Amino acid sequence: MREILDDIERWRLNNRRIAVARVVNIEGSGPRDPGASMAVNEDGEVAGSVSGGCVEGAVVGEALAILHGDMEPRMVTFGYSDDEAFAVGLTCGGIIHLFIEPLNW
Amino acid sequence: MTDTPSLYEELRDRIRADQPTGLCTIIDGPNIGAKLLIAPDRASRGTLGNPELDRIVTRDSLAELEAGRSGVRHYGPQGQTTPEDLIDTDTVSVFVESFAAAPQLWIFGAVDFTAALAKVAKVLGYRVLVCDAREVFATRRRFPMADEVMVSWPMPVFVERGAELGPRDAVCVLTHDPKFDVPAVMGALTTRVGYIGVMGSRTTHAKRMERLTEAGLTDPNEIDRLMSPIGLDIGARTPEETAISICAEIIARRTGRKTPSLRDGSGAIHSAQ
Repeated sequence: MREILDDIERWRLNNRRIAVARVVNIEGSGPRDPGASMAVNEDGEVAGSVSGGCVEGAVVGEALAILHGDMEPRMVTFGYSDDEAFAVGLTCGGIIHLFIEPLNW
Repeated sequence: MTDTPSLYEELRDRIRADQPTGLCTIIDGPNIGAKLLIAPDRASRGTLGNPELDRIVTRDSLAELEAGRSGVRHYGPQGQTTPEDLIDTDTVSVFVESFAAAPQLWIFGAVDFTAALAKVAKVLGYRVLVCDAREVFATRRRFPMADEVMVSWPMPVFVERGAELGPRDAVCVLTHDPKFDVPAVMGALTTRVGYIGVMGSRTTHAKRMERLTEAGLTDPNEIDRLMSPIGLDIGARTPEETAISICAEIIARRTGRKTPSLRDGSGAIHSAQ
């Protein structure tokens, strides 16, 4: 969160709705530790990162779906055991679990 | 305008003020998204939906914060943690995220290597203190990247503030002047600091060890805490390269990786190019 506070504050000043994705758990080789975070605003602007760039694109889609009310806050998993919803993998072969939610707290 | 700040706003302010804080979020189970903000210096705010769960998670997350760890923990709906209590009941998964205060690096000796080390340490997120007894050298103008510049002999700094240092912190002694580095090393050894590095050639190191022995340093476990000569053996030559070798050694000591430290080698530190 520390690294993305300035962007979040700028967006809050402009009354943008914001979703935050945080790495909560990693299995095997993962590029970022729990706590790595990424924020997405309703215009699709992005701050921070949750991997080495492998899954950020998919996270933006998830975050926008939550901001549009199409999806509830939830855990999302990326890795080689992806379910059908996520054809996005980590090249390092690890699995990361993210929690994505709106910044409304 | 006396509105209570939201949990996010309080978290933001505490992170910016470098005050240790934990954010606990239900990520699976009932009340998904519910939050508890915890801190060692005041009562928790928010709720995970059950007072007993709040109490147990507060206790656990304060311990995680102390260790600077973040991760997922599983509980029963009333905070149960024993596996038998979790059979046939809904479990709650809580992400405990620790925002620990920045680790500290104290550099003794305001020499030309100090500015480079302070710069690299800032990149790694350290709070940097530069200390030297010589007023003309220990100036803010020479070390604008440092968080604090002190004119002092080493011992008073350790007596007054040594209790701040813990396993995540580091002390680097760069003076290679026995008047200053012997008390700095002896002072650092009185603390729980995780890394103590001392600069100098192998000749300087050997002479310094004699002086440290005279000063009462004989316990092999204490001597083993000293990384002297400081740094990894990566052939660093410039102040900036030396700073990288020192910071890399600090990381390797923290993670317990086997890396070639200068301390464990022999021969000249700077071989002819």
